[in-house]
Amino acid sequence: MTQLALVIDLNVCVGCHACVTSCKEWNTSGWAGPMSDFHPYDADPTGTFFNRVQTYEVGEFPNTETVHFPKSCLHCEEPPCVPVCPTGASYKREDNGVVLVDYDKCIGCKYCSWACPYGMRELDEKQKVMKKCTLCIDRITDQSLPETERKPACVLACPTSARLFGDVHDPDSEVSVAIREQGGYQLMPEWGTAPANHYLPRRKTRIRIHEDELVRADNPLDKEAIELPDEQGETLDDVAW
Amino acid sequence: MHPAFSVIFLTTLIGAGQGLFLALITGQVYSLANLLAPQDNVRFYAFGSVLALILLVAGLLASFFHLGHPERAWRSAARWRTSWLSREVIVLPLFMALVAAYGLIHYQGWTQPLFSIKGVVDIDASLIAGVLAALLAFALYVCTAMIYASLKFLQEWHSPLTVVNFTLFGLASGFTLAAAFSAWIGVDLVGFYGAWAVAFTLMAAVTRLASLYRNARIKHKSTLQTAIGMRHTTVRQKAQGFMGGAFNTREFFHGRGDGTLKLIRYVFVLLVFIVPVILLGVAWYIHSSWLPLLAFGAQYLGLLCERYFFFTEARHPQNLYYQSMY
Amino acid sequence: MQDPATLSDRDIGRTEVKNTTCYMCACRCGIRVTLRDGEVRHIEGNPEHPHNQGVICAKGASGIMKQYSPARLTRPLLRKPDAERGEARFEEISWDRAFQIMEERLSHLRKTDPKRFALFTGRDQMQALTGMFAKQFGTPNYAAHGGFCSVNMAAGLIYTIGGSFWEFGGPDLDRSKLFVMFGTAEDHDSNPLKIHISKFKRNGGKFISVNPVRTGYSAIADEWVPIKPGTDGALLLAIIREIIELGLYDRDFLVQYSNSAELVIDDPEREDHGMFKRVEMHYEEGCFDPENKLWWDRGLDIAMGTHTPGCDPYLLGEFTLDDGTPVKPAFQLLKDRVEEYTAEWAENITGVPADTIRRLAHEMGVTARDHKIELPIQWTDCWGNEHNSVTGNPVSFHAMRGLAAHSNGFQAIRALGILMTLLGTIDRPGGFRHKAPFPRPIPPCPKPPNSADAVQPDSVLDGMPLGWPSAPEHLFVDDDGEALRIDKAFSWEYPLSVHGLMHNAITNAWRGDPYRIDTLLLFMANMAWNSSMNTERVRGMLADKDEDGEYKIPFLIVCDAFQSETTAFADLVLPDTTYLERHDALSMLDRPISQYTGPMDSVRIPVVEPKGECKPFQEVLVELGTRLKLPAFVKEDGSRKYRDYPDFIVNHETSPGSGIGFLAGWRGKGGEKFLKGEPNPRQWEMYAQNNCLYHYELPRSYQYMRNWNKGYLQWARAHGMTRYAEPITLHLYSEVLQKFRLAARGKRPGRQPPERLRERVATHFDPLPFYSDTLMNKLIDTHEYPLNALTQRPMAMYHSWDSQNAWLRQIHTHNYLMVNPKTGAANGFDDSDWIWVESPTGKVRCMCRFTEAVEPGTVWTWNAIGKAAGFWGLSPKANEANKGFLLNHVIPEELPPCEAGEHISNSDPVTGQAAWFDQRVKVYKAGAEEEKATWPRFKVVKRYPGQEPKRGRWLSYFAGRFGKKAG
Ligand SMILES: Nc1nc2c(c(=O)[nH]1)N[C@H]1C(S)=C(S)[C@@H](COP(=O)(O)OP(=O)(O)OC[C@H]3O[C@@H](n4cnc5c(=O)[nH]c(N)nc54)[C@H](O)[C@@H]3O)O[C@H]1N2
Ligand SMILES: Nc1nc2c(c(=O)[nH]1)N[C@H]1C(S)=C(S)[C@@H](COP(=O)(O)OP(=O)(O)OC[C@H]3O[C@@H](n4cnc5c(=O)[nH]c(N)nc54)[C@H](O)[C@@H]3O)O[C@H]1N2
Ligand code: SF4
Ligand code: SF4
Ligand code: SF4
Ligand code: SF4
Ligand code: SF4
Ligand SMILES: [Mo]
Repeated sequence: MTQLALVIDLNVCVGCHACVTSCKEWNTSGWAGPMSDFHPYDADPTGTFFNRVQTYEVGEFPNTETVHFPKSCLHCEEPPCVPVCPTGASYKREDNGVVLVDYDKCIGCKYCSWACPYGMRELDEKQKVMKKCTLCIDRITDQSLPETERKPACVLACPTSARLFGDVHDPDSEVSVAIREQGGYQLMPEWGTAPANHYLPRRKTRIRIHEDELVRADNPLDKEAIELPDEQGETLDDVAW
Repeated sequence: MHPAFSVIFLTTLIGAGQGLFLALITGQVYSLANLLAPQDNVRFYAFGSVLALILLVAGLLASFFHLGHPERAWRSAARWRTSWLSREVIVLPLFMALVAAYGLIHYQGWTQPLFSIKGVVDIDASLIAGVLAALLAFALYVCTAMIYASLKFLQEWHSPLTVVNFTLFGLASGFTLAAAFSAWIGVDLVGFYGAWAVAFTLMAAVTRLASLYRNARIKHKSTLQTAIGMRHTTVRQKAQGFMGGAFNTREFFHGRGDGTLKLIRYVFVLLVFIVPVILLGVAWYIHSSWLPLLAFGAQYLGLLCERYFFFTEARHPQNLYYQSMY
Repeated sequence: MQDPATLSDRDIGRTEVKNTTCYMCACRCGIRVTLRDGEVRHIEGNPEHPHNQGVICAKGASGIMKQYSPARLTRPLLRKPDAERGEARFEEISWDRAFQIMEERLSHLRKTDPKRFALFTGRDQMQALTGMFAKQFGTPNYAAHGGFCSVNMAAGLIYTIGGSFWEFGGPDLDRSKLFVMFGTAEDHDSNPLKIHISKFKRNGGKFISVNPVRTGYSAIADEWVPIKPGTDGALLLAIIREIIELGLYDRDFLVQYSNSAELVIDDPEREDHGMFKRVEMHYEEGCFDPENKLWWDRGLDIAMGTHTPGCDPYLLGEFTLDDGTPVKPAFQLLKDRVEEYTAEWAENITGVPADTIRRLAHEMGVTARDHKIELPIQWTDCWGNEHNSVTGNPVSFHAMRGLAAHSNGFQAIRALGILMTLLGTIDRPGGFRHKAPFPRPIPPCPKPPNSADAVQPDSVLDGMPLGWPSAPEHLFVDDDGEALRIDKAFSWEYPLSVHGLMHNAITNAWRGDPYRIDTLLLFMANMAWNSSMNTERVRGMLADKDEDGEYKIPFLIVCDAFQSETTAFADLVLPDTTYLERHDALSMLDRPISQYTGPMDSVRIPVVEPKGECKPFQEVLVELGTRLKLPAFVKEDGSRKYRDYPDFIVNHETSPGSGIGFLAGWRGKGGEKFLKGEPNPRQWEMYAQNNCLYHYELPRSYQYMRNWNKGYLQWARAHGMTRYAEPITLHLYSEVLQKFRLAARGKRPGRQPPERLRERVATHFDPLPFYSDTLMNKLIDTHEYPLNALTQRPMAMYHSWDSQNAWLRQIHTHNYLMVNPKTGAANGFDDSDWIWVESPTGKVRCMCRFTEAVEPGTVWTWNAIGKAAGFWGLSPKANEANKGFLLNHVIPEELPPCEAGEHISNSDPVTGQAAWFDQRVKVYKAGAEEEKATWPRFKVVKRYPGQEPKRGRWLSYFAGRFGKKAG
């Protein structure tokens, strides 16, 4: 079975929010839209977004890491949000594992949002139905788009290509390879939700220089007529027995 | 969690309704066994059922306020195989129907025995409906409570105690109401129901205090470290990606200070457990017709607080992702 | 619900897709705009665009909310007769009337005293046109954002290596192994930089960020070097010292391509002390380095002409020429200079441990030395030497305003340029790479006018409003050596202010110093808010009157697309189109989006109709130019030459028959030529068919070493990109600066600075980089104001212009002062408290947030999130105006009175770069009784005529249905 997912590389994500607004932009006029905003030009603007980028600080100055952390529905393989839905509005697709909500069936009871440990669902307060990342289902399945564009809006947008998209069940897919080779991990593994989305951790490159590499035989300073220290008096060479 | 008043009313009202009905049927069974004097069909059972129904309907109505699309509520029966909410949605109307039937049978006096078991126990239509309804009442407690208890990462809720508490609270408030109802219509069952009510209340006190104790000591499995996968002892959220609030900051946060919550906890312990027991005792002692009503009033109020507290007590792991109002 | 797998987005409505260029910021990404039933449905990066390669950013993807913003201006507006400036009470007028008003006023000014018209433009991407308009009008009073933006970065490197970061060049991250970034939060090249940093990291490169704050890019750095603001010069000089000390520099590169080995006269008694020793030689005067200087040959131990075949010069030593002149190679002078700059010395200043400084130097030096890149590309240098390969050292740098926006920034950036030179990384693989039209001669050829005579009634300005002085003769000063421009650019106060000093224009005009002006036209600049220093007082100046009741700045025209704070002060408001509604040329004459591989320019082509009466400012200029009969806009008989802006772009040539115009692509009658060629009537169409861009990919052999690449330089000259095919030697030692210094020391005939400025010029025009504390720190009590206050750009917001954007403003609704917890504790406040930030000249109240990602001596905030109440189509209750704050109120535009004068700009003394980041403050808790809101606050204004009525409580955008009745 296919399980489509995102793999997010925290090692290169700069927290630019391109994925946030490109998601909103694609989806608000698409299958899953509109995505309402409240108080758009007033105090405390708030609205429906399928994807957010958060920032965390790890450690204390000067050993601080700033971590940008994008977050959208993880399309869990054991999605706790699906079985709890009383109407069947919340479902996981058989063909590609994408977890979706059928707005026509949703009664807006919010139960599924309680059942998601990750806070990845948002009730659209205008339409009063539950919404969430659709993995851009209306893009990735749209055969009228060229193949290279059958990818989620956020993936195409991301300037650092921190967002990989593919089938995590196919061991040879780009995403599976990345998970395997770069330490991909899941969020809150303690709940057995088996999130399909994975995260790639920060990885550090260091340079090691050995003391004896600092000065090489062909040191350019040798080409200069730098005066060497004067000979200082007698040496052993000057003594004879 | 953010306490939703619709749900607080729903669970407390139907809980009391179920309890009241269970009190009625208990009364009927006792009198069948000749342990209690038989009661008037209409005045006691029929009106009692109506009272239970009123609570159930009120609860149901309250629940509609919780829905974004109440007009589609009928759809919610679809997933009974997996969803406790769906199950509740099925059981609640069935139960209400049986309660209605039970009341109607009593009202119409269709209580001629249909058959008798071993010639000792006469079985009439009301009893059949009543027992079935009683089973559903218990099922409904389970369904309602399991809506919460089944969410395993809401660790405060994910415990058999939740089911026990919901059941005992329903029984306690229902039996208190039954005592009040008896006192009000002048039926001599105040002591009987009062005694049960006190018993259930005390049992509920034990189990609820146990859950309070448990919840205060819960070690949450999810931490910021598991939430974002960073292994370090100090991890702090600095921006949550939006600043004007979002569904996730409204639905899962109660926004109340620790002081308020403590107060609410004291209030509910006082109103649910202590006040009703005293009032019922006094009522029984002085044969008051209104003190039991007061006891119910106090206990119901207490239950609203308890349910409010129940929500605020639950710390949803998603909150780890929404810590700073940026 | 319909199964999404069977639904195509296109089924929902009639869609069309159009290409154009984004302008949600200055980066100029190629975008694809999908429209559904005439409304914008989706804006995505154009995958065929070499600049952004299909990606987009948060702003770019929110273009829809800009297009439909309630802040949009839609009608020309005239201040009501009874309204005061700032009250924002306007009446709608027609464009005819607006043109009539401007024509009357401006034609009078042009006939009498053209400099009384000043044109200042902010984040302008058509400086080629606005600058030309000013020149044609005859006023020198023109500048764009550069002066308050990053002119130090432009000048510091262009005067050193003939190119720069910013929009002129950048790091070759594809081949680099070590990348060091100084003081960059977001940058002009933001998407390309993101694309490349990510690739670089994935390829295993090490990324070091030097920045007092760790956010954005710095977050993903392999190493964060938290430095005290304003001290990078010290760090760089200490690194240079260590590299020289250990011999980790690229000697061959220095000898061949820089002036390191050139002999400098070293005799303080002589008038020409510090100048290169030159030999008599005939050459044509031009803006290039004639090769008449000397090396000291190691073999023969005598002086020889530079680049004499076989000559291998000394870099170190002191020599005496035959005529008795004592000389030293420039490199020796540099070595002498950095002697005192030890790592321990720098540790004290920068807060970076000495060991770290040394390690950084070792990592740079060893990586450059031991990881040589060799590409099998043959090329020929200017001296005729053929090379079989292009080599490079894989250490690259990038720097932006963190270095630039300090008053010691010019010299710090010179130090960076010199470090890059020492490592041998200029226009080589893995290092720094130029973008066409760079490299340019050091300094580039255009010069500003140099005397009061350049400004004459009814005449074109003699000289360019902005240019590149290379000697005191090029300064634009009067006989007393005092400024002739309203912003005092090119005066002895800021001799190399190559981008002007827009940040002082209003204050100077208000004070009448050096003179009063009549009309100020502001385009795309929010100078009553974000681009002014000392904002509160500058707002006062805009509304200030004489004793006789006349405004001190008599007439203010503002062209903006939105209801900015500045529009409130306008007498006349011109509603501009948005980027989706107009033609634009992002021209080779300005700052194109060239790639390392070759020149590239691009255009915007309208994808939607202009809203209301909006008119592109380009059209306004073409129309005004025609009405005023400015020579470039009319035929000889004075009749209209260009139908409109697109027509102008196609047919205008820099001079008749030059073949050079605004657009470089598809020139020649049929579009067969590029860069140079006759106008092509179908040029726009051809851009439209080609993703709105023209990219000329240079042959590989022309892509590197362009300062000295014979083939490239000849090609560039043939195509009108440069005037000379002469080598562009790197100025490790800057003789240009020395000329100014000698003048200041009274050792040079000709122009000399006024007395009060002698010391200042002599100090700062040091031909070798040096470290000095910022001017502000020298003039204020730094114990009283112990903290450095910085701003940074958030990636998801552009200056002050995105709060109107319903999506973006949810991300940054208001701002906090970010403070290290230790600093907070020391000053007696807690996380989230309301606090005061106070400088010697002003204070603001704001909320604080604790962060471990900042050096404890620094506090910072996101730039320009705070807004004045009622602007930008926002409700006065909006968070931006209540919880958000503007740091600019505490940043003065002038220094405290000092030896150099009463009203010296708070800027770099060399370039006039606004010293935003020199700001010192103290912070303390706001009183419990004080209002929990920002301060200062300003009077709320009402919506303008023509602006959309108040939008509702909610918004559900759905293209094709938005704004239409449901059903
Ligand atoms: N404290 C502090 N202040 C700073 C800086 C800092 O770092 N710290 N940075 C400085 C720098 S580098 C810069 S470049 C300046 C930028 O400062 P400004 O150039 O003033 O930039 P904005 O505030 O965005 O204002 C630009 C104006 O252009 C308008 N505009 C947007 N699109 C269009 C259009 O299509 N047509 C027209 N006609 N107008 C349009 C906007 O509405 C806005 O009013 O800010 C400077 N100010
Ligand atoms: N999203 C977005 N992009 C933009 C803009 C925008 O407003 N929004 N503006 C555009 C414009 S006009 C410009 S000029 C560019 C500017 O691009 P940047 O130069 O990247 O802009 P700043 O945000 O001013 O970044 C300054 C950085 O320097 C650091 N810094 C300050 N002082 C020092 C110092 O002394 N030493 C060091 N090492 N670091 C220091 C600050 O912490 C900050 O990280 O961005 C352009 N791109
Ligand atoms: S678009 Fe990419 S880099 Fe930007 S925040 Fe999203 S994941 Fe990170
Ligand atoms: S992340 Fe949440 S909403 Fe998404 S599938 Fe998992 S449980 Fe469901
Ligand atoms: S809110 Fe909608 S999708 Fe969620 S559980 Fe209720 S009916 Fe299902
Ligand atoms: S996959 Fe699509 S819906 Fe999901 S976060 Fe990305 S853009 Fe949004
Ligand atoms: S970086 Fe600038 S030009 Fe590029 S998409 Fe973003 S806003 Fe547009
Ligand atoms: Mo800028």
